[in-house]
Amino acid sequence: MSGGVDSSVVAGLLQRRGASILGLTMQLWNQRRLPELVPEGGATGRCCSLDDVYDARFVAQHLGIPYYVVNFEDRFEEQVVRPFIDEYLAGRTPIPCTLCNNFIKFDQFLDLAAGVGAGRIATGHYARVAYDESSGRYQLKQGVDSAKDQTYFLFGLKQEQLARTEFPLGGFTKPQVRALARELGLPVAEKPDSQEICFVPNGDYAAFIDAYFREHGIAPDRTRGEILDSEGRVLGEHEGVHRFTVGQRRGLRIAAGEPLYVIATEPASQRVIVGRNQELLRARLAVKDVNWISIDAIAAPTRAHVKIRNKHVPALATLYPTPDATRIEVHFGEPQRAVTPGQGAVFYDAGLVLGGGWIE
Amino acid sequence: MTRYYFDHNATTPVSAEVLEVLVPALLEVYGNASSIHGPGQAAKQRLEAARRQTAALLNCDPKEVVFVSGGTEADNLAIFGSVRAHPAGKKHVITTAIEHPAVLNSCRELEREGVEVTYVRAGSDGLIDPDEIRRALRPETVLISVMHANNELGTVQPIEEISRIAREAGVLLHADGVQAAGKIPVDVQALGVDLYSISGHKLYAPKGIGALYVKSGTPLRSIQFGGHHERERRPGTENVPGAVSLGCAAAAANAKLSDESARLAQLRDRLERGILACVPACDVNGDRARRTPNTTNIFFDGLEGEAMVISLDLKGFAVSSGAACSSGAVEPSHVLLAIGLSRERARASLRFSLGRSNTEEQVDALIDAVSESAAQLRKLSPTYTSA
Repeated sequence: MSGGVDSSVVAGLLQRRGASILGLTMQLWNQRRLPELVPEGGATGRCCSLDDVYDARFVAQHLGIPYYVVNFEDRFEEQVVRPFIDEYLAGRTPIPCTLCNNFIKFDQFLDLAAGVGAGRIATGHYARVAYDESSGRYQLKQGVDSAKDQTYFLFGLKQEQLARTEFPLGGFTKPQVRALARELGLPVAEKPDSQEICFVPNGDYAAFIDAYFREHGIAPDRTRGEILDSEGRVLGEHEGVHRFTVGQRRGLRIAAGEPLYVIATEPASQRVIVGRNQELLRARLAVKDVNWISIDAIAAPTRAHVKIRNKHVPALATLYPTPDATRIEVHFGEPQRAVTPGQGAVFYDAGLVLGGGWIE
Repeated sequence: MTRYYFDHNATTPVSAEVLEVLVPALLEVYGNASSIHGPGQAAKQRLEAARRQTAALLNCDPKEVVFVSGGTEADNLAIFGSVRAHPAGKKHVITTAIEHPAVLNSCRELEREGVEVTYVRAGSDGLIDPDEIRRALRPETVLISVMHANNELGTVQPIEEISRIAREAGVLLHADGVQAAGKIPVDVQALGVDLYSISGHKLYAPKGIGALYVKSGTPLRSIQFGGHHERERRPGTENVPGAVSLGCAAAAANAKLSDESARLAQLRDRLERGILACVPACDVNGDRARRTPNTTNIFFDGLEGEAMVISLDLKGFAVSSGAACSSGAVEPSHVLLAIGLSRERARASLRFSLGRSNTEEQVDALIDAVSESAAQLRKLSPTYTSA
C-alpha cells in the first residue's frame, strides 16, 4: 500500500471479496537524505513521504485491516539506487521500477509477506495474471486500460512469483478505479496520481545523481567530457555523462543548423555522441537476460510486437533465438527511433506478455 | 485474539492502583496549584504529596524533584539546563553512544551551539567502561551524561564508579534513569548523581508526566520560559493528576520492587532459556548478569527482526525490534550498532521486556510463538542455512 488510489482500491476490493488481508507499505528511501532536492515546503508527493504513509495507514484503519510499514531502505539502495546510478555512468538508461520489481517487491517483499503468513500478495499494477491450463504456465496480460498498462515494468517476473501474485486492477480503467475508490469511501479517492521514478523528485534524475555523489564525496568532474558528432568532430563539452540518454535533445547547448540528438554515450571516454534525428533509427537490437513468461521459450523466429520503452507503441518485429538461450535478436519491420541500452525490450502477442529482457 | 504484552520498556499500561487515584484527581483536584484559594491549595497539597512519594523512590529530598512532561523533557532540562547554567566559555560534555535519542539528540544540538561532545563507546557487552569516561575528561568538561539502564539491552551502567570520577573532576553527572526506576533500586545519593531523569509511563503511570531529580545546589537554568512554577525550574501550570499518578506509581514500585524484580528475572530467564533451547542459531546480545531483570535482547541468525515483530503481532504477542522511524518502519537499533554488532545482526535482533501482567503461561506461549514464527520465516530466508 503506497498510500495512493490504486493500492488502496486493491485493499478495498480484496476486503469486499471477503479475503483475509494485511496491509504493508515498503519504506524504500529516507526522504531526509539529499535535502537539496526537496522543494520549498517539504517533500509531498514523493514515495515513502510521511504523507503517503499517513494515507496508507488511514486507508487500512478505514478498512479495519492490520497494517505495517516495512523497512527496505538498505536493500533498496543496494539493489536499486546504486545499480540505477551505475547504469547511467556505464552509458545506459536504467529502469529502477523493474529492478525494484525483480529484486525487492516480487522477491524479498514477497518472501516477507509469506513469512508473516500471507500466501499471496496483491499490488495496484495495471496488469493481469492468469493460469493457462494448456501450457501449465502463469501468463501475464496487459491491463484493459492501455494508457495505464504497467506490464512493461513486470517482464522480469518468474513463474513462482506470478503464482503468488494478484493484480486486481488489471480489468479496470483508471476512471473506474477512481469511481471504486469513491464507492468504497476511501479517504484517498481524490488524491492525484503519483510521478514516475518514486525516489527522484520531479523526474530530475541528473540532479539526484549529482546530490548522491555529493553525499558520497564523489567529485562531479569525474563524469564531465566532450560532445562529438558521429564523424568525431568535437562540438562542445558536457557536465556529466549521466545527464544524457539516447534520443535526448535538451541540454546539449550546441548551436547547429539542424536539431541534434544524443545518439550514444561512451562512458569509458565520457563522450556524448550527437547527430541528426535520422541517425537515431535502428532496425535491429539485441536483448540479454531474457525472461520468458507466457511461453516457455522460442525455438524458431517468432513474430511479436516489441516495446522498447515505457511510452513506446509496440512495433512489429521478428524475434530470432541465438545459441545463448537468454539472448534474443530483434529485427523490426520498420526502424525504430532511440533504441536505448539499459531499457527493457518487452515482447507482446496481442496483449499477452511473452517475455522480455534488457537492451544491450 | 488474546494479546500478550512483552514490550514494557516501550511503555506500560496504567496500573489499577494508579487509575484509582488518577480518575478522582481529574474529577476533583481541578484547582491551579499556584492559586491561593481552597481549590488551588487542595491541588498544591496533592502535588507536594506526590513529590514526597516520588522523592522516596529516588531517596532524595522532595525539594529536589522537578515534575516535567516525561523522560525526554527531563533529559533536555538536565542537559541544556546544566550546560547553559555554566559560565560562558569553552564547554565540553561527555556522553555515550548507547544513550536514548532524548540525550543523544540534545547533545547533537549542543554541538550546533558550539559545545564539544565526546560520545564514549560501550563494550560489546553493552557496558560503559568508567576508565573511558575518565580518559574523555578535559579541563573544560562541564557535564557527564550516562544512562543508568539501557532501553534495548537492559544493561546497568556503573554509575557509582562514574560518579566518583565526576566528583574528583568537579564535573556534574546526569543519569537517564527512565529504564531503571521501578526495575532496580535507585538511590540517587548512593549513585552520587547530580541529575536523574525518570518517566511515569515506564512505571505504570500515564504518558505525559516525568520528573527530574536536581541535587540541591546544582546550577540549572530553565529551558522554557513562563511562570514561577517548580521553583523557577520548569514553568507551566502543574499537571497535578499526572504528578499524583507518578507519585502513586512510585510508591507502588517502591513497595513491590524486590519481589517483582525477582519474579520478573525468573520469568525473563525462563523465556531466554526456552528460546535458546527451542530456536536454533540464536544468541543473547549484551551482558547477561548486569542488566535489568525484565529485559532480554536476542539475535536470531538470518531473520529480519521486523518480520518477526509483525508475525508475532499477528499472533497476539507485542515485542520490539530496533527503533521506529517517523514512518513507523523499523531502523536497526543504534544501541546494537554502537556495541559493535553488524547491521544484519542488529536487524535480526528482538527485544523482549517483561512487566507486571506477564505470567509463566504467557512466557511459555511466547516461546512457542517465537519458535513457530522463526521456523516459518527461516524457511524463506536467503541468508539462513540450517546446519
